[in-house]
Amino acid sequence: MYDLLIAPFVEFGFMQRALAGSLLLALGACPVGVFLMLRRMSLTGDAMAHAILPGAAAGFLLYGLQIVPMTIGGLVAGIIVALGAGAVSRFTVQREDASMAAFYLISLALGVLIVSLRGSSVDLMQVLFGTVLALNDDALTLIALISGVTLLTLAVFWRALVAECLDPLFLRSVSRLGTPVHFIFLGLVVLNLVGGFQALGTLLSVGLMMLPAAAARFWTARVEPMCMLAFAFGAVSCVAGLLISYHGSLPSGPAIILSAGTIYAASIFFGTRGIFNTKLRHHRHRTA
Amino acid sequence: MPEACLTFEDLTLGYNSHPTVHHLNGTIAAGSLTAVVGANGSGKSTLMKGIVGVLKPMSGQCRVADGKRIAYLPQQSELDRSFPARVVDLVSLGLWPRRGLLGRYTRDDREAVSHALMAVGLEGFEKRAIDTLSGGQLQRALFARVLVQDADLILLDEPFNAVDAKTIGDLIALIKRWHGESRTVMVVAHDLELVRANFPDTLLLARRPVAWGRTADTLRAENLLRARRFDEAWHDDAPWCAPDDGHEHAHAHDHDGHHHHEHGEIRDRPDHESGPRPA
Repeated sequence: MYDLLIAPFVEFGFMQRALAGSLLLALGACPVGVFLMLRRMSLTGDAMAHAILPGAAAGFLLYGLQIVPMTIGGLVAGIIVALGAGAVSRFTVQREDASMAAFYLISLALGVLIVSLRGSSVDLMQVLFGTVLALNDDALTLIALISGVTLLTLAVFWRALVAECLDPLFLRSVSRLGTPVHFIFLGLVVLNLVGGFQALGTLLSVGLMMLPAAAARFWTARVEPMCMLAFAFGAVSCVAGLLISYHGSLPSGPAIILSAGTIYAASIFFGTRGIFNTKLRHHRHRTA
Repeated sequence: MPEACLTFEDLTLGYNSHPTVHHLNGTIAAGSLTAVVGANGSGKSTLMKGIVGVLKPMSGQCRVADGKRIAYLPQQSELDRSFPARVVDLVSLGLWPRRGLLGRYTRDDREAVSHALMAVGLEGFEKRAIDTLSGGQLQRALFARVLVQDADLILLDEPFNAVDAKTIGDLIALIKRWHGESRTVMVVAHDLELVRANFPDTLLLARRPVAWGRTADTLRAENLLRARRFDEAWHDDAPWCAPDDGHEHAHAHDHDGHHHHEHGEIRDRPDHESGPRPA
């Protein structure tokens, strides 16, 4: 048992780094995912991940596979798309899903174009699918910083974010925070996706954001426990995914996401608000 | 004469350069209880949005007296009922004007919330998820939130829609209680009997003010008839409303000194009639 579960993390430095990096990532990304889901923006994470690509690719093109330029590039691209799509939806008749789709498609095409300038598709694979087993100190520091900023921002703007999700018109009638808090939130989404692309790649980092959140929805009907539970699911997925990847010599990113996917599938059926409890089990009912 | 809580100065509100509330002048006295009536599309909700500030005026302005806090219950709430929140979370939103983003909720705040729930007959509902409430119960919860907001100016946009008779009675009682506490209340309503029985003042809208004053005077048959014959459609070929027109009227009003519009003054404005135009 020890050999199976503990030894890989004790014996190998890269496994420790991978664990620390992915857990820190889950700490910030999972609560953000919960709010994305509650705001019915689950696919926005996916779109934003694509949107980050041209920035990261530009950094990659200019400096090679280095964390800082790729991160800055990704942040810039992500923020342009988030602000652009958010502004179009806030100030015109177009809804956010349409504007987001438009902006991310443009961005994705640009990204693929930039990567192709450099040459081989192996490079593209590296940008898209990340390398959690090769996290250096820079990358770890960055991820720690991002999850710290995320948790702090969430704590400060919690009440506004909940109000903006629950009753946006009410928030507008008592405060001017509605629009800023929406953009701050989109900023957090970008930040966490950028933090995740080194570890998991641009595409799979969305998985760590959304799957634990989606799974947590089946277990609780309140926001705070949902965020905690999402992080717990995320953390378990990271540990399980890394172990599977170690023992089975499989790529770590997909292993982590598939672990999260397994938790999600199990939650659909066995969650307290899942299929078995709400649909299949015969319920007794009270007199009042 | 009581001080003004709300002053409209040549206020024009609308969408896509088509006015929905056209050149409204007048004041809402502090502590008054006013019903806003009119047909669908006559600008009632638009006026509410303009007062709250979620819709910017196309011209003129709407001034709220200094230090007056507004509570607004919209007709079409953007409330997301699938959001995982409990009744107590929803009602606690009403603490925002007092506590803002970071202020800690005190024991008094929590008591205010439970008192409000009790006042609307929802005691024991604190922990209920909002997606399990009936329409009327949700409306009561939203009233409780208005109670918690403890506002000076309360705007209710069709609060009696899809609400049973008993609940309407309870909500009217609450509105009267607010009136008794010298809060200024404006309520959009359709039931004229209800308005006649409970509201001292009435503003009758038909994209422009048709009549405004004591309820019995405002809701006279000839006013209602005129209000019914308004043109609801937008006309893309309608001439532009000249900017200095409005100023004249604003002046005219400044001098009249009365806090309510007189019918005559409204009637003598043929240039702002939104009546049918030749196509």
